[in-house]
Amino acid sequence: MATNEMTGAEMVLKALQDQGVDTVFGYPGGAVLPIYDEIFQQEKVEHILVRHEQGATHAAEGYARSTGKCGVVLVTSGPGATNAVTGLTDALLDSIPMVCITGQVPTHLIGSDAFQECDTVGITRPCTKHNYLVKDVNDLARILHEAFFVATHGRPGPVVVDIPKDVQFAKGRYVGPKNIEHKTYRPQVKADQNAIRAAVDLIATAKRPILYTGGGVINSGPTASKLLRDFVEMTNIPITSTLMGLGAYPASGKNWLGMLGMHGMYEANMAMHDCDVMICVGARFDDRITGRLNAFSPNSKKIHIDIDPSSINKTVRVDIPVVADVAHALEDMIRVWKSKSISLDKKALDAWWKQLNGWRARDCLKYKQNADVIMPQYAVERLYELTKKKNTYITTEVGQHQMWAAQFYRFEEPNRWMTSGGLGTMGYGLPAAVGVQQAHPDALVIDIAGDASVLMTMQEMSTAIQFNLPIKVFILNNQYMGMVRQWQQLLHGNRLSHSYTEALPDFVKLAEAYGCVGIRATKPSELDDAIKEMIKTPHPVIFDCRVAALTNCFPMIPSGKAHNEMILGEDVADEDVGSVIDSKGKMLV
Amino acid sequence: MNAHLQPSGSAYFIDNAKPLVETHTLAVVVDNEPGVLARVIGLFSGRGYNIESLTVSETQHEKHVSRITIVTSGTPVVIEQIKNQLGRMVPVHSVADLTVQGNSIARELAMVKVAGTGEKRVEALRLADAFRARVIDAGTQSFIFEITGKSDKVEQFISLMVPLGLVEVARTGVAGITRGVEGMKV
Repeated sequence: MATNEMTGAEMVLKALQDQGVDTVFGYPGGAVLPIYDEIFQQEKVEHILVRHEQGATHAAEGYARSTGKCGVVLVTSGPGATNAVTGLTDALLDSIPMVCITGQVPTHLIGSDAFQECDTVGITRPCTKHNYLVKDVNDLARILHEAFFVATHGRPGPVVVDIPKDVQFAKGRYVGPKNIEHKTYRPQVKADQNAIRAAVDLIATAKRPILYTGGGVINSGPTASKLLRDFVEMTNIPITSTLMGLGAYPASGKNWLGMLGMHGMYEANMAMHDCDVMICVGARFDDRITGRLNAFSPNSKKIHIDIDPSSINKTVRVDIPVVADVAHALEDMIRVWKSKSISLDKKALDAWWKQLNGWRARDCLKYKQNADVIMPQYAVERLYELTKKKNTYITTEVGQHQMWAAQFYRFEEPNRWMTSGGLGTMGYGLPAAVGVQQAHPDALVIDIAGDASVLMTMQEMSTAIQFNLPIKVFILNNQYMGMVRQWQQLLHGNRLSHSYTEALPDFVKLAEAYGCVGIRATKPSELDDAIKEMIKTPHPVIFDCRVAALTNCFPMIPSGKAHNEMILGEDVADEDVGSVIDSKGKMLV
Repeated sequence: MNAHLQPSGSAYFIDNAKPLVETHTLAVVVDNEPGVLARVIGLFSGRGYNIESLTVSETQHEKHVSRITIVTSGTPVVIEQIKNQLGRMVPVHSVADLTVQGNSIARELAMVKVAGTGEKRVEALRLADAFRARVIDAGTQSFIFEITGKSDKVEQFISLMVPLGLVEVARTGVAGITRGVEGMKV
């Protein structure tokens, strides 16, 4: 027997090892038992047993986002695969590289409505970058290597490989990953040099330029973040970022305007509206960013660097499209800039900075401090102050707490911030923290959570305990689905339909039930000590931070409004919160 | 009053100006692997694009490569999106817009069953001759005509057959190709 003859299940483990995979997040079941049997008999690939397949996908996303590597998930057929769909969609919308191996009923049973059968490739077709059903064991190794290639090249995304149980048992020939690429899939990474020159020439004429950066910078790798910093340093152009791009440029950098968009900084949004040249780097003009499209940055020429041609001109027409990987494009732009020894009109740029600083002076994140109740913004501020000198990674769930985390936690490095941006998946943060902690065992990993979101995937605390992953779940507990309530106040006459959780668990007791540590803070005076206690606890912690229940998240671009029509917290008294969005805006999401 | 609720590319697109809708014929070269057609069709239905006609067949058997011809309609921005969305699909080799490239030919084939007797039957034959439709099956009560041509010619022939006893029609949909020596990238 040739040495490369082996069973399909053996191939799966061999392929994972050859791809350098050290961790798989998964959950066993009938249709993947042969693969689990192989996992049992080796030690190179560690398997993290989750408590729900959705948790496996988010953990893999956290792992991928914090390391730059591909996340790997292993689940069974039927419900295993359908439970993974949310995480696959999340990874697709946020461009996270992931390979998800699903078991399938044996090939002769496919289509017979067998036990735990579902049409996995049919169901996951629109929520993956690509997917495969393996019908012949001799295709398996190639397909697995191809799956890693597709997941990590071009715009990253999730790839599903569906393997019927008989293919896992069957013997065939294994081929290594060497020279395996997809036979035709070759995304463009190097830009058209004419586009680069045109972009540089346009920037050279700018009087009010702005860099609008996104998750593409993070995905491109640490080099892209470094080049971005060099480019900002070289040009002195102000820079803002989407939610997904936080950390690519340091929050302490002097050109940093803060996040832009619906709950972004006043100065960032005003700058987007009034700029004359916009340089979009690895972002995609999402509706949370643009606000009302026909009033979006009306007087600017736009440059758009994106690795995915379908992102260009999708919602906003741009003047100079640059299809390329961010790092490649920035490298080219810096080279051309230097070779032409360009410098921007200093007088104009000074005037622009003067205006930006004027907007900054509005202090849009200002909120009323309270001596008796913890304000949620204050909680995040204190968390930041007490953790900023440590090796910290932050994940979040989705809602008000997510926006407060983005506004008040300051990121200095890429890959430190894991959040569900595109899909907005409540329940993302806790399992993502599990994945991050697995990748960085010595780091301080904190899930800034909301009381509603965290209950969606709370069962993964059990995973954290089992694998000694000391994640900290920092719940901003206001007993509401805060963002839902905020929208009901803004749009639906303050009728708080089902946005109040009347029966929350006691999170401290829940922590104890899981076998981890529960900490509660109810007053501002006890917050610092409680956070310090959380940090020094070497076990998983659930931190129940009781915050002001009715606080809303500002500043905000109301739906249907433009960037220069932001409402600031100080402008909105509780009684007229219902009148700030007009009837057209109320139709939008 | 519900003008702003009309579907568009984005929920935020409250623009009442309606750009002109154009019809384009796209040729898409794909790997002939399981599910590839579902992938293409799913893209159209999932993103709300129109399909007016779609044909597919393997064109290079040894390489397992198929060619899909899609007739679609939309504003110029939507057409550009469709091409980009198709282009980024993993099994898609290349996408060509035959309408933009201009110098191209598109044809479809239809089989048209007409039943009748007497003067109507004679008239159907006469018209078939004028349209260069071939009789591929004949009985005492019916004909089946095969007609090939541009869609509007096929359309016109079928409408002429309606009063003459049209029973049913099977159409292949449009297949298209560019003129000249250049072939499409595969």
